Amino acid sequence: MTPQQQHPAGREIAVVAFAQSVHQRSTDQLSEVELVLPVLQDVLKQTGLTTDRIGFTCSGSSDYLAGRAFSFTMALDGVGAWPPISESHVEMDGAWALYEAWVKLRTGQADTALVYSYGKSSPGSVRDVLTRQLDPYTLAPLWPDAIALAALQAQCLIDAGLTDERALAGVAVRSRRAALDNPHAQLRGSADADTLLQRPYQVRPLRRHDCPPVSDGAAAVVLAAGDAARALHPRPAWIRGIDHRIEAHQPGSRDLTESPSTRLAAVRAGVFDAPVDTAELHAPFTAQELVLRRALDLNGSVRINPSGGALAANPVMAAGLIRVGEAAARIHRGESRRALAHATSGPCLQQNLVAVLEGER
Amino acid sequence: MRTAAELLAGVPALAGTEPVTRVTLPARLEYSYTPGTAQSRFLTGLAEQRLLAERCPECTRVYIPPRGVCPTCGRATTDQLELPHTGTVTTFCIVNIAARGLDVEVPYCYAYVLLDGAHVGLHARIGGLPHDQVHVGQRVRAVWRDQRPDRPDPGLAAISHFAPTGDPDADPASYRRWM
Repeated sequence: MTPQQQHPAGREIAVVAFAQSVHQRSTDQLSEVELVLPVLQDVLKQTGLTTDRIGFTCSGSSDYLAGRAFSFTMALDGVGAWPPISESHVEMDGAWALYEAWVKLRTGQADTALVYSYGKSSPGSVRDVLTRQLDPYTLAPLWPDAIALAALQAQCLIDAGLTDERALAGVAVRSRRAALDNPHAQLRGSADADTLLQRPYQVRPLRRHDCPPVSDGAAAVVLAAGDAARALHPRPAWIRGIDHRIEAHQPGSRDLTESPSTRLAAVRAGVFDAPVDTAELHAPFTAQELVLRRALDLNGSVRINPSGGALAANPVMAAGLIRVGEAAARIHRGESRRALAHATSGPCLQQNLVAVLEGER
Repeated sequence: MRTAAELLAGVPALAGTEPVTRVTLPARLEYSYTPGTAQSRFLTGLAEQRLLAERCPECTRVYIPPRGVCPTCGRATTDQLELPHTGTVTTFCIVNIAARGLDVEVPYCYAYVLLDGAHVGLHARIGGLPHDQVHVGQRVRAVWRDQRPDRPDPGLAAISHFAPTGDPDADPASYRRWM
């Protein structure tokens, strides 16, 4: 059953605006709200909306990055929550905040939604911080950092004959060269694969180019339903389907060469109902892009990560929402007719969200 | 509450097993927190005995400490200003329980001081008088700690407490909206 069949009279929801920061290694001079505020003002200005005309606000961030409890409450200053607003927060990537907002609009509880997320990785060591999402008794005490787990996954792919180090370098080169056209990206441009492959391993088989940069950044999206969307943008990016699925928590219990959760979410979102021309994949590590391409049947005719993807800028908690925003922005600009957006969370692509966005039919 | 042994007793596969009642798994993450532009300016100002605030260009409210943004309007607080060291007590309590790690003798008086020109109360302690004489509307002035000129310490500890000025109480109309 496709989502359309489940909701025969469901409201159509579209992304009508997207904004993001210029992602950087460190934003020492800015508090979180100072990082978020210009992005919120940008996305609202694009629509002409003010915060008092937003029906629902939802954000995504993590206290573990900030190193403080309830860190999102101070970022809330940026939306001007007076008179009191209808608001929610997820301790997840902003793509899941977008999902919550989509449900709110889909069920008629609001006509417009502001979704934002941010991550300042610079105050701590993000590769160690991410170990805290693992099983606290049997895995987290070993401190297997994010790069080590991604290296296990890459090695599984190489051992299965599905890729090699040269192919991984190719993903890095293509992504960072694509980012030359993205003024918000942190790593723009790349040496060629031969040069990259001469460099030392970071965590074998991964070299530095296989890993995402450590980024501080923020992103925001405005969603609107039906005619409200048409009034706010001449070319709304309609969310034709969206779904998210999760796999077992223990990475050792999964086949890391495949992503059945991505596949299932894509089926449910209607990805395979018609061809897509663009895919924005949230693959922080090069090998993960290959896993996702196989799960999503993406062949050579689909433009993958024209923004440069998470390999060019990886503000944790925002990088997934940015994929949705980048896909929508291409539809807004008339550069895509049907685009796929993907976001991930957890170790080694544990949890995955897939959305299909289209221009007006 | 049932003990671990009682809980295990109902699981045949674990019959006779010594229950694990405790594991110690140390975890430590270090962060270098930065308070941002507006709060850094405020904290640095305290080391120079200056009270630096920000005003919202939309609703004109004055915030101290400033956060770079008006939480009411969601606008950047671009106007910067310096406030006098005097204000009005808008609410207070007498704390009789010593908080762990807090280097202050109980009982002490904890209060909101609405600095003259501000629209939010500054968290502060009131001293220099018996606690039963502290009251709402009382006019107070900041008493600063001596700073080592060679090593100024930016932070709220720069203010020891607020003490009565001896002036007549403030007109309630001047602070009623900002309590």
